Amino acid sequence: MAEVVPLSHAVERLVHDGDSVALEGFTHLIPFAAAHEIIRQGRRDLTLIRMTPDLVYDQMIGMGCARKLVFSWGGNPGVGSLHRFREAVQNHSLEIEEHSHAGMANAYVAGASGLPFAVLRGYLGTDLPGVTATIKPITCPFTGEELTAVPAINPDVGVIHAQRADRRGNVQLWGITGVQKEVVLAARDSLVTVEEVVDSLDPVPGAIVLPSWAVGYVSVAPGGSHPSYTQDYSARDNEFYSAWDDVSRDRETFLSWMQHHVMSAGRPA
Amino acid sequence: MSWTADEMMTIAAARRLRDGQSCFVGIGLPSTAANLARRTHAPELTLIYESGTIGAKPGHLPLSIGDGILAETADTVVSVPEVFNYWLQPGRIDVGFLGAAQIDRYANINTTVIGDYDDPKVRLPGAGGAPEIAASCGEVIVIVRQSRRAFVDRVDFITSFGFGSGAGERERLGLRGRGPRTVITDLGILEPDPATEELRLTHLHPGVDLDTVRDATGWPIVSAPNLETTHPPTEEELSVLRALT
Repeated sequence: MAEVVPLSHAVERLVHDGDSVALEGFTHLIPFAAAHEIIRQGRRDLTLIRMTPDLVYDQMIGMGCARKLVFSWGGNPGVGSLHRFREAVQNHSLEIEEHSHAGMANAYVAGASGLPFAVLRGYLGTDLPGVTATIKPITCPFTGEELTAVPAINPDVGVIHAQRADRRGNVQLWGITGVQKEVVLAARDSLVTVEEVVDSLDPVPGAIVLPSWAVGYVSVAPGGSHPSYTQDYSARDNEFYSAWDDVSRDRETFLSWMQHHVMSAGRPA
Repeated sequence: MSWTADEMMTIAAARRLRDGQSCFVGIGLPSTAANLARRTHAPELTLIYESGTIGAKPGHLPLSIGDGILAETADTVVSVPEVFNYWLQPGRIDVGFLGAAQIDRYANINTTVIGDYDDPKVRLPGAGGAPEIAASCGEVIVIVRQSRRAFVDRVDFITSFGFGSGAGERERLGLRGRGPRTVITDLGILEPDPATEELRLTHLHPGVDLDTVRDATGWPIVSAPNLETTHPPTEEELSVLRALT
């Protein structure tokens, strides 16, 4: 059964220095509130895993939480670069393990499925297998076809945001569901932040329900996906994403922004 | 009516999409062109974004591949593993529509690094969905502004495979899609030579001369024997595009 606890407690119990942590949410439902709590608690040497590092990992990398990044697309969507990520890579202060979206999505599926690796038609002809040790050729035992294997991703902690949970900790999410289900099932333990806790989860078309017994902790964090969004609760703050380009370009400006908006912000109840 | 080189590029790209096709759309210029096509000659074009939104009909241009407007208007929203495994990988999608930071004479695409991978001059966003889009879509259209910085003899890093170092390589690798058949720029249109798969100039946009294209290309680019001039934008195309952007 999931425990419904304040976000600061969940992060204290779950996330330790040196852990591998995957905060997922494919453009939609990115768990910013949880990331900010991890940053405030000063976690270090994390292996951060995420298909699209987005602003959320730009912030965590810039604040010194990460030792390594596993990812497949590291830009600010529709805007340009992630400057803290880019500077860290160009300075050699961040180890990277780089995939394609298809490779990483399949690695999560393998992780959720209890398999050691996933097979896909991918990466063929590209330079990615030459720079990423976790991309290997594999021959189909039935047809002899040359395919590609990637090892399962099983993070120590998986973190997602969702629309809502009930009082028992069953979680419901809808809209663009990305790899949300996969990361929770692949992770050794998990945290789901939600907009609200409700008495009953009324059906919603296309919704996923993660049963309480498959989830570690649930914490209430209204608006916890901002500047990403939560369908039917909030809209993506595209102006914030555009403005981030200037905030993050210079390290000092970035640090002072984080100090003001994240570090000195009160811990959510 | 006058127009900009970027408008000509976007309109030329939109024209390449046929009504009734399915199109895997990257963000930025590809998304603008695909949405223009859907509002002009190709109302039955199915737009698929890697966020798992299939049949999206956005009323305005999304900033990201996962804006709410895509999910709200889609025929169906599927998970990310599903969009790559069930829809892209088996070759169900007709056209992949990609951008590029660098592209070379054999249409290989780089969106990963400028310079050495381990000591990059510029670290770019990386692969995203592009390697598998380039491998598995029926064909690929690339839209990219033409300059010596972008059009290089060999890309620094192959993020997405075009034709490798020439004809026959896609077949040897077992790639099922036909690869980048069209590269649309702000100067003209390039298509692979059927014999060698080397990109050559097939269309000049109105008012652009051959020397301008040569100066903006990092290899000695050849023109097709029947080099054509792109039809100028129509009033309808321009007004729909301007309303969109």
